[in-house]
Amino acid sequence: MQLQQMYQEIILDHYKNPHGRGLRDPFDAESHQINPTCGDEVTLRVRLDGGTVADVSYDGQGCSISQASTSVLTDLVVGRPLTEAFEKMDAFVELMQGRGRIEPDEDVLEDGIAFAGVAKYPARVKCALLGWMAFKDAVARSEGAQA
Amino acid sequence: MTTTAAPLDVAAVRADFPILGRTVREGKRLVYLDSGATSQRPRQVLDAERAFLETANAAVHRGAHQLAEEATDEYEGARAKIASFVGVGFDEVVFTKNATEGVNLVAYAMGNASVAGPEAARFRIGPGDEIVVTEMEHHANLVPWQQLAQRTGATLRWFGVTDEGRLDLSDVDGLITPRTKVVAFTHQSNVLGTVNPVRVLADRARAVGALTVLDACQSVPHSPVDFRALGVDFAVFSGHKMLGPSGVGVLYGRRELLEALPPFLTGGSMIEMVRMASSTFAPPPQRFEAGVPMTSQAVALGAAVDYLSAVGMDRVAAHEHLLTEAALRGLAEIPGVRVVGPLDVVDRGGAVSFVIDGIHAHDAGQVLDSLGIAVRVGHHCAWPLHRRMDAAATVRASFYLYNTLDEVATLLDGVREAQRFFGVA
Repeated sequence: MQLQQMYQEIILDHYKNPHGRGLRDPFDAESHQINPTCGDEVTLRVRLDGGTVADVSYDGQGCSISQASTSVLTDLVVGRPLTEAFEKMDAFVELMQGRGRIEPDEDVLEDGIAFAGVAKYPARVKCALLGWMAFKDAVARSEGAQA
Repeated sequence: MTTTAAPLDVAAVRADFPILGRTVREGKRLVYLDSGATSQRPRQVLDAERAFLETANAAVHRGAHQLAEEATDEYEGARAKIASFVGVGFDEVVFTKNATEGVNLVAYAMGNASVAGPEAARFRIGPGDEIVVTEMEHHANLVPWQQLAQRTGATLRWFGVTDEGRLDLSDVDGLITPRTKVVAFTHQSNVLGTVNPVRVLADRARAVGALTVLDACQSVPHSPVDFRALGVDFAVFSGHKMLGPSGVGVLYGRRELLEALPPFLTGGSMIEMVRMASSTFAPPPQRFEAGVPMTSQAVALGAAVDYLSAVGMDRVAAHEHLLTEAALRGLAEIPGVRVVGPLDVVDRGGAVSFVIDGIHAHDAGQVLDSLGIAVRVGHHCAWPLHRRMDAAATVRASFYLYNTLDEVATLLDGVREAQRFFGVA
């Protein structure tokens, strides 16, 4: 059934038990992103340590897809070099914009591959990308602040 | 509401709507409960638009050839039908691309009044003047007024909403005062279903010399509406929510007001005399219809009005009343479901919005969609109202003349299924 394809157990697990949730100090930059069609929002902070993502913390309210994908994001990027974090982000964005035709690489996206089914629902792609857009924006802000 | 009419024959109505016969999501029967966003169109409307295009299409109000004449007659004939449907004169109906444009037309024309002649003095607005709206407005009847206030220095004020989802009318005289220039409010909330006491607000507005602008998008399609009897100065509604095409909406304005109102969009068709340095403008409604207008859409909206009139708006309203009552009763029986809006059907239309504990509206909508049920999820372009009602987003089922009690039952089953799926039952 299509519904189970979309709402993989992994997604529901992250939704019910989100990783890294809650806003933490210290941080270098914060981004607030809104999905104007549904009102979902996320506030996300990043702390960089040299070229490494030292911490990502977030708070927000939204559907299972937006909340779970932000939880997966923290698993994927925290502790990694920024370049690697961006590679993962690009892979995730490509997966979500692929209309369900892209075979995700589990080595790169880990739990993120569970969102492959979401990519078949154009109306939900924005939900899955909300936290990632906040991450991208927060990093840009912190780099701007450091430059 | 009149209940003397024989009940609506929903099977006969459904047979007129080809789209209702299709399946969605792996063979599920379509249960279309999103008419508050856009309604479906019967064959009669589709045929009327096609027939116009196949036999009489031409640019209206220009050209002297036979097609131009016939197209103009059909376009103006549609205007007359639509005007009579809402109890007003044909020259008090302006075609716009949608209701949003209708509200903007009034707001921008009022802004333009400061540089127009003395006849437009009553529309002038500036610092010290007040614009009154309500917390339950669709963004289309809120943002244009925010912008007008910003452009002119006027102050925006608003009626609050009670926990039940009714307008808080405890201070009508304090909100609508001699400083008020415009009172803009919805006839029927697109989220709560609440039907507002138009006369109370219109009478108070008239007493202090303020203009009223009624958002009738959710009332005109669903019940008998007479703008003259309601006593409003302006009103807007859209074609696509009342069995007609998208791309056509209606602005009603009282004749003497339209005659004095400066234009919003300018250009061809709306002029009286043009010289290189300046121009004068045509009388209404042409003054407000710059450029070649939507024509087949207006003609098809005329056919939609014919269709609704043949069914009878009393019957439509009574039918939706039954569906709404069943939905409210059924939702009340499901633990963990909260209806956002009045829980009874008194002064209430067929938009039923609700939240399910532990399930985001998007997720609930996805489960319903997998069962073939089309509902709206989100804030339905009424974000401040959602904030007021403590809901980030709601699921909205909205009914129309082609919906059935079976479909209401399917919706209720779907809500229970969503609770099972997300483990919150």
